[in-house]
Amino acid sequence: MAESLSSFDIIGPIMVGPSSSHTAGAVRLGKMAKQLIAEKIKEARILLHGSFRETYRGHGTDVALVAGLLGLSTHDVRIKDAFKLAEEAALIVTFEPVDLGEVHPNTVRFLLKGESDRELEMQGSSIGGGNIVITRINGFDVEVYGNYETLVTVHQDRPGAIAQVTNILSYYGINIAFMRVARKNRGKLATMIIETDQHIDPDVIKIIEALPAFTSVRLVEKVI
Amino acid sequence: MDWNTLKGLAEEAEKQKTSLGNLVYRGETEDYDGPELDIYERMKQNWLVMKEAVHTGLNKPQKSRGGMIGGDGAKLHIYANSQKTLSGLIIEGVSRSLAVAELNAAMGKIVAAPTAGSSGILPGVLTMLEEKLQPEEKKIIMSLFTAAGVGSIIAQKASLSGAEGGCQAECGSAAAMAAAAAVELSGGSPTQAINAVALSLKNNLGLVCDPVAGLVEVPCAKRNALGAANALVAADMALAGIVSVIPADEVILAMGNIGRIMPETLRETAKGGLAQTPTGIKWQEHFSKL
Repeated sequence: MAESLSSFDIIGPIMVGPSSSHTAGAVRLGKMAKQLIAEKIKEARILLHGSFRETYRGHGTDVALVAGLLGLSTHDVRIKDAFKLAEEAALIVTFEPVDLGEVHPNTVRFLLKGESDRELEMQGSSIGGGNIVITRINGFDVEVYGNYETLVTVHQDRPGAIAQVTNILSYYGINIAFMRVARKNRGKLATMIIETDQHIDPDVIKIIEALPAFTSVRLVEKVI
Repeated sequence: MDWNTLKGLAEEAEKQKTSLGNLVYRGETEDYDGPELDIYERMKQNWLVMKEAVHTGLNKPQKSRGGMIGGDGAKLHIYANSQKTLSGLIIEGVSRSLAVAELNAAMGKIVAAPTAGSSGILPGVLTMLEEKLQPEEKKIIMSLFTAAGVGSIIAQKASLSGAEGGCQAECGSAAAMAAAAAVELSGGSPTQAINAVALSLKNNLGLVCDPVAGLVEVPCAKRNALGAANALVAADMALAGIVSVIPADEVILAMGNIGRIMPETLRETAKGGLAQTPTGIKWQEHFSKL
């Protein structure tokens, strides 16, 4: 570690215990999944791997993941009551211990179903100090850290699709900080992960969504 | 000036006739393009949450998430006020640190300082000193910047993570940070503050991270308690004028080196130390059956 740290990296964050990686990071992972499905969740299968699988009850990782799915923040004292809140929100949750192979020890895979039967598969890891990385969304290998406002698209893999989006963003004065493209097969479905410096207005999302090649466009805000 | 060593910071602070905390605070505002007040207010917010955590931990003791601990901070606090204590005011600070560490284990709201697992030490030490010394609020906020400055250098030169460096990197760092903050809060010099860092951290070198069943409960909460005692004694030693033969920056490097050669079984994996005692194993088996 050589980078210079802010005082608030040392004293902070304000959070609900007991562990930044097993609790705060878990809330953030749940919150990412909530934003990616972008509708009310009615069923959540939560697959736990490694240290998440071994210690999830004692660290409150289970309630923290559910709290995230319900949209709570890492410092919300209601995190420990998340199961009760889920029941009130008619969200059915199940946990399954699994072995996801060669992945980070603190890894979770969400299999979510929304109220319109929309489905989301999201895998992510809590990589220390409350930091997270999303590694898989609906079968696409990705790398999303949740530290920037992030646009996640699913679109036809064809020439010009990426340029259309970057042109729209540039027109609205939105600077791209990081960008990553992945696809399953050439010419089939592809995904674009765009992390931006500026806020993306919902109207801009609608413009991108209306492009013929695009099947889904989701905005993931910075998660805290 | 040299921002990357405690010696550099202390020399600059002495030259400017200011405190380490003020220097760190000013450095923080220079790197920030918003209003200066924001930086102060952000740290004040941390302080208010720390105070609230002490209050909640002492007055509403709860069982931890895993069920191994809870209520000892409150018990110790009553004892601390009984006039029978052997260690005087120290035990008052210790009871508060313990209460916050227990609150953390019960999924209460805390401030990572520097981590959640070591979040009891600073609030315990500083709220006790607030009552004893009655300083103006600004002095306490500045002492948190002192602690942050010390932590930042430890993060750069060694580690603040139990998985990387053992408990010396978590509770050891928190105690060293609290020792420096305590010195400045009670009017000691920057040089005395960094001597307190050295004295405090030297006595935690080699401290392993061996949590029972991998949970932030046993021995973490009690290490927060005794970490607070270490911080207060180190601060008193430095205020008395004791100079550490090994300077603080070298102690920090030694801590990093020890962390690197510490076996993985003793770095938060629950595969050694207290986690593998008969009682530790019994608890581990209890959780695996849940």
